[in-house]
Amino acid sequence: MEIGLTHYLVVSALLFTLGVFGVVSRKNSILVLMGLELILNSANLNFIAFSKFKGLNIEGHIATLFVIVLAAAEVAVALAIILNIYQNYHHIDVDEINNLKE
Amino acid sequence: MLFEFVFYMFAVIVIVSAMGVVFSKKMMYSAFSLLFTFFGMAGLYVLLSADFVAITQIMVYVGGILVLIVFGVMLTSKITGVDIKTGTIGKIQLTVGAITSVIVAIILLITYLNVDWVTSQFQIEVSTTTHYIGFGLFTEYLLPFFVAAVLLLIAFIGAAKIARRK
Repeated sequence: MEIGLTHYLVVSALLFTLGVFGVVSRKNSILVLMGLELILNSANLNFIAFSKFKGLNIEGHIATLFVIVLAAAEVAVALAIILNIYQNYHHIDVDEINNLKE
Repeated sequence: MLFEFVFYMFAVIVIVSAMGVVFSKKMMYSAFSLLFTFFGMAGLYVLLSADFVAITQIMVYVGGILVLIVFGVMLTSKITGVDIKTGTIGKIQLTVGAITSVIVAIILLITYLNVDWVTSQFQIEVSTTTHYIGFGLFTEYLLPFFVAAVLLLIAFIGAAKIARRK
């Protein structure tokens, strides 16, 4: 069976689902961040797959590059915030963090 | 035949290691599973003839984001061991999360498998996409390109400011 657009879309759907489950079920905030990375990667796979099957439309590649840039910025800021939370609370449990300042 | 084999290999690598990220009990194992997910995604990009994006994926995700995440794991690693919540509230949370994601998966799969996607048989034969990406970035997408550059600068300066120990 020839590999078509739907094959890639199914992989991306499964990846998205795993990412959503990671974001919802984990209580460690770094693991929540990892789930977000999975979601962004599945979106990227969709962009590239649609770009390829519309006759190698280059705009999908450019959108993917912007998503990668935003993911890098997001992870840097989020980890800085998580380090600050760890200094204040001595844990990074997303269920227990409910104050902006002490 | 070989193409199908390679596709299924990368797809299995991506899905299995993503399950490792989500289900493993130790944070360090999750971080290393994420490494395999990123490499598998780069392989899928290569199969979709997106060579530049594949290299960018390896350089930015594996070389940058994953290193940051591993540093985050090591700097906040007082809590180890069981991470998925135990107890009644944790069980309810886990069940609701599982049901939600299964529903999301079913909706996505039904949509993806039933919609008759408009694809074009016409394929541009290119050896590399880098030239076209560069051309696009400096003509049609010039403003978003510079906005992204400034955003990256601001984000990293802000991150360094926030993370500094007082």
